[in-house]
Amino acid sequence: MATAFSPQAEQKIQDICRRYPNTQAACLPVLHLAQDEFGYLSDEVLDLVADRLSLPKSHVFGVATFYTMYHRQPVGKRVLMMCTNVSCMLRGGYDTLHKLEQTLGVKAGGTTADGEFTLIEEECLAACADAPAMICGRKYFLNLTPDKVEEALAECRKLPAHSHGATASASATQTPGQKKH
Amino acid sequence: MPADRTTKVVTRLFGTAGSSSIEVAMKHGAYSRLATALGMTPAAIVDEVKKSNLRGRGGAGFPTGTKWSFIPKGADTVYLVCNADESEPGTCKDRELIFWDPHLLIEGMILSSYALGCKHAYIYIRGEMMREVAVLQAAVDEAYQKGFLGQEMRSAVGTFKMDLTVHRGAGAYICGEETSLLNSLEGRRGWPRLKPPFPAVKGLFGKPTIVNNVETLMNIPWIVEHGGAKFAELGVGKSGGTRMVCMSGHLNKPGVFEMPIGITFRQMIDEVCGGVPGGRKVKAVIPGGSSMPPLDIDELDVPIEFDALMSDPRIKPVMVRPGQVFELAPGRPLRTMAGSGGIVVMDDSTDIVAVTARIMRFYAHESCGQCTPCREGTGWLARVCTRLANGAGRLEDLELLSSISYGIAGNTICPLGEAAAWPMMGFLTKFRADFERAAATGEANHKAGRVPAAAHTHGGAH
Ligand SMILES: Cc1cc2nc3c(=O)[nH]c(=O)nc-3n(C[C@H](O)[C@H](O)[C@H](O)COP(=O)(O)O)c2cc1C
Ligand code: SF4
Ligand code: FES
Repeated sequence: MATAFSPQAEQKIQDICRRYPNTQAACLPVLHLAQDEFGYLSDEVLDLVADRLSLPKSHVFGVATFYTMYHRQPVGKRVLMMCTNVSCMLRGGYDTLHKLEQTLGVKAGGTTADGEFTLIEEECLAACADAPAMICGRKYFLNLTPDKVEEALAECRKLPAHSHGATASASATQTPGQKKH
Repeated sequence: MPADRTTKVVTRLFGTAGSSSIEVAMKHGAYSRLATALGMTPAAIVDEVKKSNLRGRGGAGFPTGTKWSFIPKGADTVYLVCNADESEPGTCKDRELIFWDPHLLIEGMILSSYALGCKHAYIYIRGEMMREVAVLQAAVDEAYQKGFLGQEMRSAVGTFKMDLTVHRGAGAYICGEETSLLNSLEGRRGWPRLKPPFPAVKGLFGKPTIVNNVETLMNIPWIVEHGGAKFAELGVGKSGGTRMVCMSGHLNKPGVFEMPIGITFRQMIDEVCGGVPGGRKVKAVIPGGSSMPPLDIDELDVPIEFDALMSDPRIKPVMVRPGQVFELAPGRPLRTMAGSGGIVVMDDSTDIVAVTARIMRFYAHESCGQCTPCREGTGWLARVCTRLANGAGRLEDLELLSSISYGIAGNTICPLGEAAAWPMMGFLTKFRADFERAAATGEANHKAGRVPAAAHTHGGAH
């Protein structure tokens, strides 16, 4: 893994910083950028972000661990966010989640052995009128009943990967969706 | 004229191909209210918004014009922040509004910024909405290219120029709470702040700040075009305009609709959404996102309007425990509230205890952990509800749920504590028999020595 931002990323960081009166406010957008660039936020990457924004490492670490979308461990090339909150639950969201777990061979929170998918049990995705709902990148899968799971996964494989993918050795046990206090 | 079911203030472009592009949007009138607004004084716009009876669509229903007038006179820097963090379970309108008509939001923010004296506005959009982030950013870029943003425009009081930045969240329900949102925008953890000071006095980067919901801001162009009085007439009583209603759960035709604010729950369910599948009966309805106490089948003839839901005597008061009404103030019982417009319908086959347990697990997961009553209390509510739902509960669990809820409400920094405690007490009040049955099952299981393991998740609500 590289420990420096690419020139393109550096350009984007400068653009981001111009939008705020101080560098601390750039923390969330730059963490998003770093995650896009490096796949997940290792200690090394957090150090890099802290250095670049002249922020205490403890601050950047605190922010990165507060938000569920920042991955502190490698994740799959594609993250599947399956909602099981109330509207989705009422329309069989748990059945869909279980079908996803079965088909992928991982429990919610885990990454498939081939590093392709990380499956996350999500809270409400603001797609309740089309429940059950799942997001993969920019794509929504709506009214996703168990019978449509295989087809949806095939479609997901064709979507652009949003990270480099977890290595097979670092798979299956993490829970990236878990909030730490 | 009061709104009817075809009145469109914020959903005019829903279903129009290419509606998020500036060319298409401008053909339909986008940015045409800019000239009108800039020809007025900022104070005159605030007056129109006051007259309009526009109330916040983010959850609390606070009058927007009144909120705007809290900005201290002569403040040098003022911020406007759009709350697009939509994550209250059952709510799915802001995402659709941004997807179909991002330019109406941008226009609304330009008009509002001019009225408030804001030179840099932010849109805090939920991190998971990657599709909408892309749509919104593209629209903002277009508005810059056309010179609606980033360039000086002539106005009645000189010139006006503003910037607008899209700021993406990173996964935390609590960041929808406005002070948590401001901390998150400042690059911190999303911990809510103690109020006062209110954001209008000391908000983003320590400056006076107005936080408004997406739908709230999208109403501003209409108000500028037609005047506040006309907007007030669209509505009912002290609630102006229309309302976005998100209908989900057990319905034949769920969906997101712009509706007259006086429409009732029963009309929404039967006439707009084609009733409940399989000819089943309604058992419970969440009236405005999962943090609002539920209604039962006898309470559905009440309009979805803010004041009606708080005070209509047809809605039974929420009880702490049998015989003890939960009061917001002496003599003012909690009935329910209109909240975020997320209406969730449950039919008579629904396992209410399982649904309540799922809702409590949500709040326990999303508690930021700053206050003990919320951090510990929501965890307890989730665990006790889950064990009741799984047949491992005890008879005394009902009183336990009551006392924990009562211990949370009113004792926390932000309203997330109430967001768990109110629906908990509400479900217990209106569906007590379901909880008693679950407790009896648990007791029988304990006696027979066959207590199921209290699994974290379980399949479905049926
Ligand atoms: C826990 C919690 C979550 C909230 N989530 C949202 C949200 O996702 N979107 C929103 O607009 N308001 C949300 N609110 C309400 C905001 O704090 C704030 O009142 C609102 O954004 C003000 O805008 P309005 O006056 O236009 O409604 C939430 C409040 C709480 C307590
Ligand atoms: S009430 Fe809950 S979410 Fe709100 S500040 Fe306290 S602990 Fe955090
Ligand atoms: S409850 Fe699943 S998308 Fe809202």
